[in-house]
Amino acid sequence: MSTEFMTEHSTEYKVIGTRPVRHDGSDKVTGKAVYTDDLHLPNMAFGAFVRSPHAHAKIVSIDTSQAEDMPGVLATCTSADLPDPWDKVDDLGEGCVNYAHLSGNVLARGKALYKGHAVAAVVATDSHLAEEAASRIRVEYEPLPATTWVLDAMKEDAPLLHDDLITHTLDDAPAKPSNIESHIRFEKGNIEEGFAAADVIVEREFKTATVHQGYIEPHVSVASWNEDGRLKIWTATQGSFVVRQQMAALLKMPISQITIVPCEIGGGFGGKISVYEQPVAAVLSRKCGRPVKIIMRRDEVFEATGPTPGSFMRVKIGATKEGKLTAGEAWLAFDAGAFPGGVIGPGCMCVFSCYDLPNAAVDGFDVVLNKPKTQAYRAPGSTHVAFAAESVIDELAVQLDIDPIEFRLKNAAVEGTRRVDGPVYPRVGLVECLEAVKNSEHWKSTLSGPNRGRGVACGFWFNAGLKSSVTASVNPDGTVTLVEGSTDIGGTRTSIAMQLAETLGISAEDVIPQVADTDSVGFTDVTGGSRTTFATGLAAHEAALDIQRQMMERAAQIWECDTGDVEVREGVYRGNDESLTFSELALKADSVGEAIIGRGAVDPQVSTNAFAVHLVDVEVDPETGKVTILRYTASQDAGTAIHPSYVEGQIQGGSVQGIGWALNEEYFYDDDGHVRNASFLDYRMPTCYDVPMIETIIVEVPNPDHPYGVRGVGEVSIVPPPPAIASAIQRATGIRLTDLPMSPPKLWRAINNGE
Amino acid sequence: MIDFEYTAPTQLDDAISQLSEAGDRARILAGGTDIIVQLREGLQSADLVVDVKKIPELTQFEFTAGQDLQLGASVPCWQVYENSEISAAYTALTDAVHIIGGWQIQSRASVGGNLCNASPAADSIPALIALDAVAHIAGPAGRRTVPASEFCTAPGRNVLEKGELLVSLTLPAPGPHSGSAYQRFIPRNEMDIAVVGAGSYVRLDSDGQKIEQARIALSAVAATPVFAEEASNWLAGQPISEDVFAEAGELAKKVASPIDDMRGPAEYRTHLVGVLTRRTLATACERART
Repeated sequence: MSTEFMTEHSTEYKVIGTRPVRHDGSDKVTGKAVYTDDLHLPNMAFGAFVRSPHAHAKIVSIDTSQAEDMPGVLATCTSADLPDPWDKVDDLGEGCVNYAHLSGNVLARGKALYKGHAVAAVVATDSHLAEEAASRIRVEYEPLPATTWVLDAMKEDAPLLHDDLITHTLDDAPAKPSNIESHIRFEKGNIEEGFAAADVIVEREFKTATVHQGYIEPHVSVASWNEDGRLKIWTATQGSFVVRQQMAALLKMPISQITIVPCEIGGGFGGKISVYEQPVAAVLSRKCGRPVKIIMRRDEVFEATGPTPGSFMRVKIGATKEGKLTAGEAWLAFDAGAFPGGVIGPGCMCVFSCYDLPNAAVDGFDVVLNKPKTQAYRAPGSTHVAFAAESVIDELAVQLDIDPIEFRLKNAAVEGTRRVDGPVYPRVGLVECLEAVKNSEHWKSTLSGPNRGRGVACGFWFNAGLKSSVTASVNPDGTVTLVEGSTDIGGTRTSIAMQLAETLGISAEDVIPQVADTDSVGFTDVTGGSRTTFATGLAAHEAALDIQRQMMERAAQIWECDTGDVEVREGVYRGNDESLTFSELALKADSVGEAIIGRGAVDPQVSTNAFAVHLVDVEVDPETGKVTILRYTASQDAGTAIHPSYVEGQIQGGSVQGIGWALNEEYFYDDDGHVRNASFLDYRMPTCYDVPMIETIIVEVPNPDHPYGVRGVGEVSIVPPPPAIASAIQRATGIRLTDLPMSPPKLWRAINNGE
Repeated sequence: MIDFEYTAPTQLDDAISQLSEAGDRARILAGGTDIIVQLREGLQSADLVVDVKKIPELTQFEFTAGQDLQLGASVPCWQVYENSEISAAYTALTDAVHIIGGWQIQSRASVGGNLCNASPAADSIPALIALDAVAHIAGPAGRRTVPASEFCTAPGRNVLEKGELLVSLTLPAPGPHSGSAYQRFIPRNEMDIAVVGAGSYVRLDSDGQKIEQARIALSAVAATPVFAEEASNWLAGQPISEDVFAEAGELAKKVASPIDDMRGPAEYRTHLVGVLTRRTLATACERART
């Protein structure tokens, strides 16, 4: 596949922009990489959960005695085994958590709030026995009415999940509890005046179904609570340090007593930040004195982890007949699952983020209901709101008879544009992404044939900075061992190593990157928020500069000159009429002094602002309502693509997840609030047969806040697919769907009603 | 998964006596692609699992062009589609076994097992019914035969009595000027369960202008896969045309009594019966003419 580039950065890089083989590649393709479930510790026991069969129920009693009487059963636990939780909110890097809620999610306290909510657990000498023992734990429930749709949960007479939940709002606090955790409001300009100035106004309502991150590896941990009181946990996580932070708070232990070892991870997408089974494995290990492994089954993963919210949205946008946007208004209700704190905040910030909109108002509601607690999912909240806002933008373009790319170019956010939630953009690349699509062979090609249509849509994601730490040691053979705290999900060992290599003037292969446990490296935030190549890369750059400074001092010492007289260029050190390459100097340095160790610790408080523009051709079978993706092109501003293959991989992966969200993925709830499709058979993620090769255009508008211009690339590509596909379906059929997923029966019905 | 005993007899009689002895608590394993999942997920439980893959009668298949096909109950899907003579003669079955799971599943899963599993949405069963297959059963009381169209009795249930097992299937020689096809509708393109499945068989007159005989069968629209008898009979003597296929589709809808579930609403499934009947008849006729 050929990749197109639109580049503004210097092309003098030696390592950046090349495609070395990834450092962990050989282990991964040969099956030698160690994932958590590969661990088999001596004397290890196995845990299993007891989960609520009801969507909402009072827990009257739990009787573990029958299970405990079984030979081979070692211990049981319930929420009574967890310390009384702190009502304390903490920042986990990609969202906050209240520990009282987290503790109640890990093991239900008093009430089960969703089908699959963990109620108790048991540990036994083998996993089958543990499962059988779990079935012998008797839980008496008193079922309560349940609700799984956000607008139902907001009604005054809706069943209450938490009787102490009082809405946080800018208005006076309500007197009575409800399921509405918070009401957010952003305003800019004057929307009345804005809509009055519009020639055309489009207002539509949208719904999206609950979808899951769908990582292939289920949640899995091994916990070993040792006799000296130290706790060690091997786990699949996006952030070992935030697992440590959560474990310390939930178990009321000092963080120094806890070590988290991050194993290789089979996907996270935002869903492997919160803890689930880790505290339970720890408590069971303390009770039975053995290491305890817990691995979730797939139905447990669907029913009790993730997902992303279901939502209801109303969006209204006005424009002049010349195609200038005048005002926008959004009313957004997202479900948070059973505990407060969903992704409505970023949803509100992202809804109009692609446009220079002079007047705007956004109302957002965070609503609890009887579904699993929602978690971040790749650009959390942005995909929902892009489906609504970009669909309305497209409809305006149609009504005004303006080309959809030209319409967006007339209104695109640029440097200096202020978002409705306040921030003013620095240099960003939305216009360049639009231009890239406009100039693509795909856009210039003709799409002909019946029932075919072409759609385009934009997407935005903030991309985070946050804390990252690395250390790097120079070896006498001229290589550098790089120790980092960022778990590697998408090839970041290599993208970080490449930045260290570029700075030192050595090759990527001469860097040996390792992801370390929480005792072996400084605090590092989650691999999330598209931050790792940016922020941990920045830390690696700092560590490289630190090494370079020490190497120059060592060279001066060897050459008996002033450090100021030593120069370095592309890894060659020169001074006092002598010169040494990095590896020659590394060998000499080793024989004349102490080890050379670089450090980098950063905490950039910035957004790196990713934009993407996607283009899709579809064909609709009007007899079945099935949509086939004929061709797909995704452009994205990467800032600088450190390793273009991984940038392409991220763009393609996100696009495919967005396509799945658009067309078929959904939690199918029955009237009792049970998910009927908690398996990969009936939860329909796209397979390789369902998508064409996603063509990528990497746009490079360097980020001013990074020495190499890196922006994050991981998340934004999931945002544009639903509205792009909705617009393509509209062109193919004349019908605009406003509910996700746009599944075959839904489209068939719409086509039939239209006839 | 709760522990169970496992046996793998090499003689049919041994299998029958082991199954008889364990009664309701016995389950049969051929490819294992359904039963292992069901045991693991607690949908089934067993004290004894009898692996029938080592019994020669169940793993054999014989075919001579122009004659009936004898297909052992444990013969995996891939052996059907990899055999060029069988796959050419029984195209509806070939269509079906090509889309049961991915190739790893097709390497294990058997046509007989797919029939015994009696899923309303099974892919191979409409093909077997359309091709007029007959099931050969052995048990403590001896042998008997049951048409494929009568083999399934309810979701997950079949006519096998205590101690009985499916030994083989007979698929009649398809005859000259005949063709068959199976299609299912799924929201994705692979690795999915039929929202609706349809199998059609036609035999044309020697000019290839008229339908002499037809058999249409459907899946995922009733408690068991069903034979659309009225539609099939009506087709005999009809000319080949889109209108005729469409009318057959309308008649086929009469045997559909689908449910609403996560795989599709009832109204939509009934509609798809018409679409798939039409499409499979068109393909079957096209194949009959070439």
